[in-house]
Amino acid sequence: MAESNRELLTRSIFRRNPIALLVLGICSALAVTGQMATALVMAICVTLVTAFASLTISIVRFQIPSTVRIGIQIMVIATLVILVDQILKAFYFDLSKQLSIYVGLIITNCIVMGRAEGFAMSNPPLASFIDGIGNGIGYGFILIVVSFIRELFGSGSLLGVEILPLTTNGGWYLRNGLLILPASAFFLIALIIWVLRTIDPSQQESD
Amino acid sequence: MADASPLKPFYSVLVLAFVCSALVAGAVVGLQPLQEANRQLDRRKNILAAAGLYREDQPIERLFAGIETRVVELATGRYVPDDQVAPESYNQLKAALSADMGRSLDAGEDLARIRRLEKYSLVYLVKNGETVQQYILPVRGKGLWSTMFAYVAVDADLNRIRGVAFYEHGETPGLGGEVENSHWQELWQGKRIYDDSGEVGIRVVKGKAAENGVQAAYEIDGLSGASLTTQGVDRLLHFWFGDDGFKPFFRQLRQRGTSNG
Repeated sequence: MAESNRELLTRSIFRRNPIALLVLGICSALAVTGQMATALVMAICVTLVTAFASLTISIVRFQIPSTVRIGIQIMVIATLVILVDQILKAFYFDLSKQLSIYVGLIITNCIVMGRAEGFAMSNPPLASFIDGIGNGIGYGFILIVVSFIRELFGSGSLLGVEILPLTTNGGWYLRNGLLILPASAFFLIALIIWVLRTIDPSQQESD
Repeated sequence: MADASPLKPFYSVLVLAFVCSALVAGAVVGLQPLQEANRQLDRRKNILAAAGLYREDQPIERLFAGIETRVVELATGRYVPDDQVAPESYNQLKAALSADMGRSLDAGEDLARIRRLEKYSLVYLVKNGETVQQYILPVRGKGLWSTMFAYVAVDADLNRIRGVAFYEHGETPGLGGEVENSHWQELWQGKRIYDDSGEVGIRVVKGKAAENGVQAAYEIDGLSGASLTTQGVDRLLHFWFGDDGFKPFFRQLRQRGTSNG
Protein backbone atom coordinates (compact mmCIF):
# COMPACT_ATOMS: atom_id res chain seq x y z
CA MET A 1 0.00 0.00 0.00
CA ALA A 2 1.12 3.47 -0.75
CA GLU A 3 0.09 5.00 2.56
CA SER A 4 2.76 6.00 5.04
CA ASN A 5 2.65 4.71 8.57
CA ARG A 6 1.43 8.05 9.87
CA GLU A 7 -1.32 7.99 7.29
CA LEU A 8 -2.30 4.47 8.37
CA LEU A 9 -2.53 5.62 11.98
CA THR A 10 -4.63 8.73 11.42
CA ARG A 11 -6.89 7.81 8.54
CA SER A 12 -9.02 5.58 10.74
CA ILE A 13 -9.96 8.37 13.11
CA PHE A 14 -12.03 10.63 10.85
CA ARG A 15 -11.62 9.73 7.23
CA ARG A 16 -12.17 6.00 7.50
CA ASN A 17 -13.50 5.44 10.97
CA PRO A 18 -14.41 1.77 11.62
CA ILE A 19 -17.67 2.65 13.36
CA ALA A 20 -18.74 5.71 11.39
CA LEU A 21 -17.79 4.68 7.86
CA LEU A 22 -17.57 0.91 7.97
CA VAL A 23 -20.28 0.58 10.66
CA LEU A 24 -18.40 -2.22 12.39
CA GLY A 25 -18.23 -2.94 16.11
CA ILE A 26 -21.60 -1.37 16.87
CA CYS A 27 -22.74 -3.93 19.44
CA SER A 28 -19.94 -3.30 21.88
CA ALA A 29 -20.21 0.44 21.22
CA LEU A 30 -23.76 0.23 22.57
CA ALA A 31 -22.91 -1.93 25.52
CA VAL A 32 -19.96 -0.21 27.17
CA THR A 33 -20.65 3.47 26.58
CA GLY A 34 -22.81 4.07 29.66
CA GLN A 35 -19.74 5.10 31.65
CA MET A 36 -16.63 6.81 30.34
CA ALA A 37 -14.30 4.64 32.41
CA THR A 38 -15.54 1.39 30.88
CA ALA A 39 -15.52 2.91 27.40
CA LEU A 40 -11.91 3.97 27.88
CA VAL A 41 -10.76 0.56 29.06
CA MET A 42 -12.72 -1.14 26.29
CA ALA A 43 -11.08 1.15 23.73
CA ILE A 44 -7.62 0.29 25.06
CA CYS A 45 -8.37 -3.44 25.08
CA VAL A 46 -9.74 -3.41 21.54
CA THR A 47 -6.77 -1.36 20.32
CA LEU A 48 -4.30 -3.83 21.82
CA VAL A 49 -6.16 -6.87 20.54
CA THR A 50 -6.59 -5.45 17.04
CA ALA A 51 -2.95 -4.38 16.82
CA PHE A 52 -1.50 -7.65 18.04
CA ALA A 53 -3.95 -9.81 16.12
CA SER A 54 -3.07 -7.96 12.91
CA LEU A 55 0.63 -8.23 13.72
CA THR A 56 0.45 -11.97 14.37
CA ILE A 57 -1.69 -12.69 11.33
CA SER A 58 0.57 -10.58 9.14
CA ILE A 59 3.73 -12.36 10.31
CA VAL A 60 2.35 -15.79 9.48
CA ARG A 61 0.26 -14.69 6.50
CA PHE A 62 2.25 -16.79 4.02
CA GLN A 63 1.80 -19.91 6.16
CA ILE A 64 -1.97 -19.64 6.46
CA PRO A 65 -3.78 -21.91 4.01
CA SER A 66 -6.56 -19.85 2.47
CA THR A 67 -9.15 -22.58 3.07
CA VAL A 68 -8.93 -22.27 6.85
CA ARG A 69 -7.83 -18.66 7.20
CA ILE A 70 -10.95 -17.41 8.97
CA GLY A 71 -10.72 -20.13 11.58
CA ILE A 72 -7.08 -19.37 12.18
CA GLN A 73 -7.78 -15.65 12.53
CA ILE A 74 -10.52 -16.34 15.06
CA MET A 75 -8.21 -18.59 17.03
CA VAL A 76 -5.50 -15.95 17.22
CA ILE A 77 -8.02 -13.28 18.23
CA ALA A 78 -9.69 -15.50 20.82
CA THR A 79 -6.34 -16.32 22.39
CA LEU A 80 -5.42 -12.64 22.66
CA VAL A 81 -8.80 -11.76 24.14
CA ILE A 82 -8.55 -14.45 26.80
CA LEU A 83 -5.07 -13.19 27.68
CA VAL A 84 -6.39 -9.63 28.03
CA ASP A 85 -9.30 -10.87 30.15
CA GLN A 86 -7.03 -12.89 32.43
CA ILE A 87 -4.60 -10.00 32.86
CA LEU A 88 -7.43 -7.60 33.70
CA LYS A 89 -8.78 -10.03 36.28
CA ALA A 90 -5.38 -10.39 37.87
CA PHE A 91 -4.29 -6.75 37.95
CA TYR A 92 -7.35 -4.51 37.45
CA PHE A 93 -10.05 -6.45 39.23
CA ASP A 94 -12.51 -3.58 39.68
CA LEU A 95 -12.39 -2.72 35.99
CA SER A 96 -12.79 -6.32 34.92
CA LYS A 97 -15.84 -6.55 37.17
CA GLN A 98 -17.39 -3.58 35.41
CA LEU A 99 -16.58 -4.80 31.92
CA SER A 100 -17.55 -8.36 32.84
CA ILE A 101 -18.67 -10.15 29.71
CA TYR A 102 -17.79 -7.37 27.30
CA VAL A 103 -14.10 -8.24 27.32
CA GLY A 104 -14.98 -11.72 26.13
CA LEU A 105 -17.15 -10.16 23.46
CA ILE A 106 -14.14 -8.46 21.86
CA ILE A 107 -13.77 -11.77 20.05
CA THR A 108 -16.94 -11.01 18.17
CA ASN A 109 -16.02 -7.38 17.52
CA CYS A 110 -16.05 -7.21 13.76
CA ILE A 111 -13.31 -4.58 13.69
CA VAL A 112 -10.66 -7.04 14.88
CA MET A 113 -11.64 -9.68 12.39
CA GLY A 114 -12.22 -7.11 9.65
CA ARG A 115 -8.70 -5.73 9.96
CA ALA A 116 -7.12 -9.17 10.15
CA GLU A 117 -8.91 -10.38 7.03
CA GLY A 118 -9.04 -7.12 5.12
CA PHE A 119 -5.61 -5.67 5.85
CA ALA A 120 -3.19 -7.92 7.72
CA MET A 121 -3.57 -10.86 5.33
CA SER A 122 -2.07 -8.80 2.52
CA ASN A 123 0.26 -6.31 4.24
CA PRO A 124 3.60 -6.45 6.08
CA PRO A 125 3.65 -6.79 9.89
CA LEU A 126 4.56 -3.21 10.85
CA ALA A 127 1.91 -1.66 8.62
CA SER A 128 -0.66 -4.14 9.95
CA PHE A 129 0.26 -3.34 13.53
CA ILE A 130 -0.09 0.39 12.94
CA ASP A 131 -3.33 -0.12 11.07
CA GLY A 132 -4.62 -2.10 14.07
CA ILE A 133 -3.69 0.70 16.46
CA GLY A 134 -5.26 3.28 14.17
CA ASN A 135 -8.53 1.38 13.99
CA GLY A 136 -8.52 0.91 17.74
CA ILE A 137 -8.09 4.66 18.19
CA GLY A 138 -10.86 5.38 15.69
CA TYR A 139 -13.14 3.00 17.58
CA GLY A 140 -12.08 4.52 20.89
CA PHE A 141 -12.75 8.04 19.62
CA ILE A 142 -16.41 7.25 18.90
CA LEU A 143 -16.77 5.35 22.17
CA ILE A 144 -15.46 8.29 24.15
CA VAL A 145 -17.69 10.83 22.42
CA VAL A 146 -20.75 8.64 22.95
CA SER A 147 -19.91 7.76 26.55
CA PHE A 148 -19.18 11.43 27.34
CA ILE A 149 -22.72 12.38 26.34
CA ARG A 150 -24.33 9.30 27.88
CA GLU A 151 -22.56 9.54 31.22
CA LEU A 152 -22.94 13.31 31.55
CA PHE A 153 -26.66 13.46 30.79
CA GLY A 154 -27.59 9.92 31.88
CA SER A 155 -25.68 9.61 35.13
CA GLY A 156 -24.75 13.24 35.77
CA SER A 157 -21.06 12.43 36.10
CA LEU A 158 -17.87 12.19 34.05
CA LEU A 159 -15.41 9.38 34.75
CA GLY A 160 -17.39 8.73 37.92
CA VAL A 161 -16.99 12.31 39.22
CA GLU A 162 -20.34 13.93 39.88
CA ILE A 163 -20.93 16.96 37.63
CA LEU A 164 -24.72 17.33 37.71
CA PRO A 165 -26.07 16.23 41.13
CA LEU A 166 -28.87 13.71 40.49
CA THR A 167 -32.28 13.90 42.11
CA THR A 168 -31.82 10.30 43.28
CA ASN A 169 -28.81 11.49 45.28
CA GLY A 170 -30.54 14.60 46.59
CA GLY A 171 -29.46 16.98 43.80
CA TRP A 172 -31.43 18.90 41.17
CA TYR A 173 -30.65 17.10 37.92
CA LEU A 174 -33.30 14.67 36.72
CA ARG A 175 -31.40 12.07 34.75
CA ASN A 176 -32.24 11.31 31.15
CA GLY A 177 -33.50 7.75 31.30
CA LEU A 178 -33.04 7.06 27.61
CA LEU A 179 -29.32 7.78 27.71
CA ILE A 180 -28.79 5.14 30.39
CA LEU A 181 -30.12 2.44 28.11
CA PRO A 182 -27.78 0.97 25.48
CA ALA A 183 -30.19 1.74 22.65
CA SER A 184 -29.52 5.48 23.04
CA ALA A 185 -26.06 4.88 21.57
CA PHE A 186 -27.78 4.13 18.26
CA PHE A 187 -29.08 7.70 18.10
CA LEU A 188 -25.75 9.19 19.13
CA ILE A 189 -23.72 7.11 16.68
CA ALA A 190 -26.17 7.98 13.92
CA LEU A 191 -25.72 11.68 14.73
CA ILE A 192 -21.94 11.30 14.68
CA ILE A 193 -22.10 9.55 11.31
CA TRP A 194 -24.30 12.36 10.00
CA VAL A 195 -21.86 15.02 11.18
CA LEU A 196 -18.83 13.20 9.79
CA ARG A 197 -20.45 12.65 6.40
CA THR A 198 -21.57 16.25 6.20
CA ILE A 199 -18.06 17.50 6.86
CA ASP A 200 -16.54 14.98 4.47
CA PRO A 201 -19.06 14.27 1.67
CA SER A 202 -16.76 11.65 0.13
CA GLN A 203 -17.93 9.26 2.87
CA GLN A 204 -21.48 9.39 1.61
CA GLU A 205 -22.63 6.30 -0.16
CA SER A 206 -24.05 6.75 -3.62
CA ASP A 207 -27.38 5.09 -4.22
CA MET B 1 -0.87 -18.56 0.26
CA ALA B 2 -0.41 -21.52 -2.00
CA ASP B 3 -1.70 -24.75 -0.56
CA ALA B 4 1.20 -27.15 -0.95
CA SER B 5 -0.65 -30.28 0.01
CA PRO B 6 -4.22 -31.05 0.98
CA LEU B 7 -3.00 -31.94 4.46
CA LYS B 8 -1.38 -28.60 5.08
CA PRO B 9 -4.49 -26.91 6.50
CA PHE B 10 -4.71 -29.66 9.12
CA TYR B 11 -1.12 -29.22 10.17
CA SER B 12 -1.38 -25.44 10.36
CA VAL B 13 -4.52 -25.57 12.47
CA LEU B 14 -3.06 -28.24 14.71
CA VAL B 15 0.13 -26.31 15.34
CA LEU B 16 -1.76 -23.09 15.96
CA ALA B 17 -4.26 -24.76 18.27
CA PHE B 18 -1.39 -26.20 20.26
CA VAL B 19 0.42 -22.86 20.58
CA CYS B 20 -2.79 -21.01 21.49
CA SER B 21 -3.89 -23.50 24.11
CA ALA B 22 -0.43 -23.47 25.67
CA LEU B 23 -0.59 -19.66 25.90
CA VAL B 24 -4.08 -19.61 27.37
CA ALA B 25 -3.42 -22.43 29.81
CA GLY B 26 -0.19 -20.74 30.91
CA ALA B 27 -1.96 -17.46 31.56
CA VAL B 28 -4.85 -19.05 33.42
CA VAL B 29 -2.66 -21.18 35.66
CA GLY B 30 -0.04 -18.50 36.17
CA LEU B 31 -2.46 -15.73 37.06
CA GLN B 32 -4.85 -17.82 39.12
CA PRO B 33 -3.38 -17.06 42.57
CA LEU B 34 -3.50 -13.32 41.87
CA GLN B 35 -7.09 -13.52 40.64
CA GLU B 36 -8.22 -15.59 43.59
CA ALA B 37 -6.61 -13.10 45.96
CA ASN B 38 -8.46 -10.30 44.18
CA ARG B 39 -11.78 -12.09 44.47
CA GLN B 40 -11.20 -12.75 48.14
CA LEU B 41 -10.29 -9.12 48.72
CA ASP B 42 -13.39 -7.97 46.89
CA ARG B 43 -15.63 -10.24 48.98
CA ARG B 44 -14.04 -8.99 52.17
CA LYS B 45 -14.39 -5.39 51.08
CA ASN B 46 -18.12 -5.91 50.60
CA ILE B 47 -18.54 -7.71 53.90
CA LEU B 48 -16.88 -4.73 55.57
CA ALA B 49 -19.03 -2.34 53.56
CA ALA B 50 -22.22 -4.11 54.70
CA ALA B 51 -21.11 -3.80 58.31
CA GLY B 52 -20.23 -0.15 57.79
CA LEU B 53 -16.62 -0.84 58.71
CA TYR B 54 -14.96 -0.22 55.36
CA ARG B 55 -12.46 2.63 55.31
CA GLU B 56 -10.80 3.52 52.04
CA ASP B 57 -7.52 4.58 53.61
CA GLN B 58 -6.94 1.36 55.52
CA PRO B 59 -5.85 -2.03 54.22
CA ILE B 60 -8.74 -4.47 53.96
CA GLU B 61 -6.76 -7.23 55.63
CA ARG B 62 -6.34 -5.21 58.81
CA LEU B 63 -10.00 -4.20 58.92
CA PHE B 64 -11.06 -7.76 58.33
CA ALA B 65 -8.95 -9.09 61.19
CA GLY B 66 -11.75 -8.33 63.65
CA ILE B 67 -14.23 -10.47 61.77
CA GLU B 68 -14.67 -14.16 62.46
CA THR B 69 -15.87 -16.51 59.73
CA ARG B 70 -18.01 -19.45 60.74
CA VAL B 71 -20.03 -22.11 58.95
CA VAL B 72 -23.69 -22.65 59.81
CA GLU B 73 -25.95 -25.54 58.91
CA LEU B 74 -28.98 -23.77 57.49
CA ALA B 75 -31.59 -26.40 58.37
CA THR B 76 -30.71 -26.61 62.05
CA GLY B 77 -29.08 -23.23 62.51
CA ARG B 78 -26.16 -24.78 64.36
CA TYR B 79 -22.52 -23.83 63.90
CA VAL B 80 -20.51 -26.49 62.16
CA PRO B 81 -17.07 -27.21 63.64
CA ASP B 82 -14.22 -25.83 61.55
CA ASP B 83 -12.63 -29.26 61.16
CA GLN B 84 -15.79 -30.58 59.49
CA VAL B 85 -16.19 -27.75 56.99
CA ALA B 86 -13.26 -25.36 56.77
CA PRO B 87 -14.53 -21.77 56.43
CA GLU B 88 -11.45 -20.61 54.49
CA SER B 89 -11.88 -23.04 51.66
CA TYR B 90 -15.66 -23.55 51.66
CA ASN B 91 -17.22 -22.52 48.37
CA GLN B 92 -20.88 -21.93 48.98
CA LEU B 93 -22.03 -21.67 45.38
CA LYS B 94 -20.19 -24.80 44.37
CA ALA B 95 -21.70 -26.60 47.35
CA ALA B 96 -25.21 -25.62 46.29
CA LEU B 97 -24.66 -27.35 42.96
CA SER B 98 -23.18 -30.55 44.33
CA ALA B 99 -25.38 -33.53 45.10
CA ASP B 100 -24.38 -34.13 48.71
CA MET B 101 -23.81 -30.53 49.86
CA GLY B 102 -26.88 -28.96 48.33
CA ARG B 103 -30.48 -29.69 47.43
CA SER B 104 -32.84 -28.43 44.80
CA LEU B 105 -35.71 -26.21 45.85
CA ASP B 106 -39.18 -26.79 44.49
CA ALA B 107 -41.08 -23.90 42.99
CA GLY B 108 -43.20 -23.34 46.09
CA GLU B 109 -40.33 -22.69 48.49
CA ASP B 110 -37.92 -21.11 46.02
CA LEU B 111 -38.89 -17.51 46.68
CA ALA B 112 -35.50 -16.13 45.70
CA ARG B 113 -35.48 -18.24 42.54
CA ILE B 114 -32.02 -19.66 43.14
CA ARG B 115 -33.04 -23.23 42.26
CA ARG B 116 -30.52 -24.94 44.51
CA LEU B 117 -29.71 -24.29 48.13
CA GLU B 118 -26.57 -25.34 49.95
CA LYS B 119 -26.62 -27.22 53.23
CA TYR B 120 -24.08 -24.96 54.91
CA SER B 121 -23.67 -21.23 54.72
CA LEU B 122 -20.85 -18.96 55.74
CA VAL B 123 -21.59 -16.27 58.30
CA TYR B 124 -19.33 -13.47 59.41
CA LEU B 125 -19.28 -12.28 63.01
CA VAL B 126 -18.16 -8.78 63.88
CA LYS B 127 -16.79 -9.09 67.38
CA ASN B 128 -15.74 -6.72 70.04
CA GLY B 129 -13.79 -8.87 72.46
CA GLU B 130 -16.11 -11.81 73.12
CA THR B 131 -19.44 -10.20 72.30
CA VAL B 132 -20.77 -10.33 68.78
CA GLN B 133 -21.94 -6.95 67.53
CA GLN B 134 -23.17 -7.83 64.07
CA TYR B 135 -23.87 -10.91 62.00
CA ILE B 136 -23.13 -10.54 58.31
CA LEU B 137 -25.02 -12.98 56.12
CA PRO B 138 -24.51 -13.75 52.43
CA VAL B 139 -27.74 -13.68 50.44
CA ARG B 140 -28.64 -13.98 46.80
CA GLY B 141 -31.66 -14.02 44.56
CA LYS B 142 -32.83 -13.36 41.06
CA GLY B 143 -33.67 -9.83 39.92
CA LEU B 144 -34.83 -9.05 36.42
CA TRP B 145 -31.85 -10.34 34.42
CA SER B 146 -29.43 -11.81 36.84
CA THR B 147 -28.75 -13.30 40.23
CA MET B 148 -27.95 -10.51 42.66
CA PHE B 149 -25.47 -11.17 45.44
CA ALA B 150 -25.39 -9.20 48.66
CA TYR B 151 -24.26 -9.19 52.24
CA VAL B 152 -26.72 -8.12 54.92
CA ALA B 153 -25.41 -7.04 58.31
CA VAL B 154 -27.81 -7.78 61.17
CA ASP B 155 -27.45 -6.27 64.61
CA ALA B 156 -26.79 -8.45 67.66
CA ASP B 157 -30.49 -8.06 68.57
CA LEU B 158 -31.10 -10.32 65.54
CA ASN B 159 -33.72 -7.99 64.14
CA ARG B 160 -32.30 -4.64 63.09
CA ILE B 161 -30.44 -4.30 59.81
CA ARG B 162 -27.12 -2.52 60.18
CA GLY B 163 -26.28 -2.30 56.53
CA VAL B 164 -26.34 -4.00 53.17
CA ALA B 165 -23.97 -4.32 50.24
CA PHE B 166 -25.01 -5.61 46.84
CA TYR B 167 -21.77 -6.58 45.20
CA GLU B 168 -22.57 -8.58 42.10
CA HIS B 169 -25.47 -8.34 39.71
CA GLY B 170 -26.29 -7.82 36.05
CA GLU B 171 -29.31 -5.55 36.35
CA THR B 172 -29.94 -2.65 33.97
CA PRO B 173 -27.48 0.14 34.75
CA GLY B 174 -29.27 3.21 36.08
CA LEU B 175 -32.50 1.34 36.82
CA GLY B 176 -32.20 -2.03 38.56
CA GLY B 177 -28.47 -1.47 38.73
CA GLU B 178 -29.20 1.16 41.37
CA VAL B 179 -29.10 -1.64 43.96
CA GLU B 180 -25.46 -0.55 44.05
CA ASN B 181 -26.41 3.03 44.94
CA SER B 182 -25.02 3.80 48.36
CA HIS B 183 -27.82 6.28 49.08
CA TRP B 184 -30.38 3.58 48.56
CA GLN B 185 -28.41 1.11 50.65
CA GLU B 186 -28.33 3.65 53.49
CA LEU B 187 -32.13 3.48 53.61
CA TRP B 188 -31.80 -0.06 54.91
CA GLN B 189 -30.07 0.92 58.12
CA GLY B 190 -32.20 0.36 61.21
CA LYS B 191 -35.03 -1.41 59.39
CA ARG B 192 -36.61 -4.33 61.25
CA ILE B 193 -36.63 -7.80 59.74
CA TYR B 194 -39.20 -9.60 61.89
CA ASP B 195 -42.51 -8.22 63.12
CA ASP B 196 -43.90 -8.81 66.62
CA SER B 197 -45.30 -12.22 65.70
CA GLY B 198 -41.89 -13.37 64.48
CA GLU B 199 -42.77 -13.37 60.79
CA VAL B 200 -40.62 -11.69 58.17
CA GLY B 201 -42.00 -8.17 58.10
CA ILE B 202 -39.36 -6.35 56.08
CA ARG B 203 -40.53 -5.29 52.64
CA VAL B 204 -39.17 -3.46 49.67
CA VAL B 205 -42.19 -1.57 48.42
CA LYS B 206 -43.01 -0.13 45.05
CA GLY B 207 -42.48 3.61 45.24
CA LYS B 208 -41.94 5.40 48.54
CA ALA B 209 -41.88 3.59 51.86
CA ALA B 210 -44.19 4.72 54.67
CA GLU B 211 -42.52 7.54 56.53
CA ASN B 212 -44.24 7.04 59.84
CA GLY B 213 -46.61 4.65 61.48
CA VAL B 214 -46.11 0.97 62.19
CA GLN B 215 -44.97 0.13 58.68
CA ALA B 216 -42.16 2.67 58.59
CA ALA B 217 -39.82 0.40 60.54
CA TYR B 218 -40.20 -2.40 58.00
CA GLU B 219 -40.42 -0.71 54.62
CA ILE B 220 -37.65 0.21 52.21
CA ASP B 221 -38.19 2.39 49.12
CA GLY B 222 -38.36 0.48 45.88
CA LEU B 223 -36.13 1.45 42.97
CA SER B 224 -37.97 3.65 40.52
CA GLY B 225 -38.19 2.22 37.04
CA ALA B 226 -37.15 -1.21 38.25
CA SER B 227 -40.24 -3.01 39.56
CA LEU B 228 -38.93 -6.48 38.83
CA THR B 229 -35.55 -5.90 40.43
CA THR B 230 -37.31 -4.43 43.46
CA GLN B 231 -39.54 -7.49 43.63
CA GLY B 232 -36.50 -9.72 43.40
CA VAL B 233 -34.85 -7.95 46.34
CA ASP B 234 -38.06 -8.25 48.34
CA ARG B 235 -38.31 -11.96 47.62
CA LEU B 236 -34.72 -12.72 48.43
CA LEU B 237 -35.17 -11.06 51.81
CA HIS B 238 -38.23 -13.19 52.54
CA PHE B 239 -36.39 -16.30 51.48
CA TRP B 240 -33.15 -15.77 53.34
CA PHE B 241 -34.74 -14.57 56.56
CA GLY B 242 -37.38 -17.30 56.38
CA ASP B 243 -37.30 -20.94 57.46
CA ASP B 244 -35.13 -22.11 54.56
CA GLY B 245 -32.67 -19.31 55.20
CA PHE B 246 -31.26 -17.96 58.43
CA LYS B 247 -34.32 -18.10 60.68
CA PRO B 248 -33.24 -21.37 62.34
CA PHE B 249 -29.81 -19.82 62.91
CA PHE B 250 -31.37 -16.84 64.69
CA ARG B 251 -33.50 -19.21 66.76
CA GLN B 252 -30.40 -21.12 67.84
CA LEU B 253 -28.60 -17.92 68.72
CA ARG B 254 -31.49 -16.73 70.87
CA GLN B 255 -31.60 -20.03 72.73
CA ARG B 256 -27.89 -20.02 73.41
CA GLY B 257 -27.82 -16.40 74.47
CA THR B 258 -26.06 -13.74 72.50
CA SER B 259 -22.76 -13.79 74.40
CA ASN B 260 -21.99 -17.29 73.19
CA GLY B 261 -20.51 -16.66 69.75
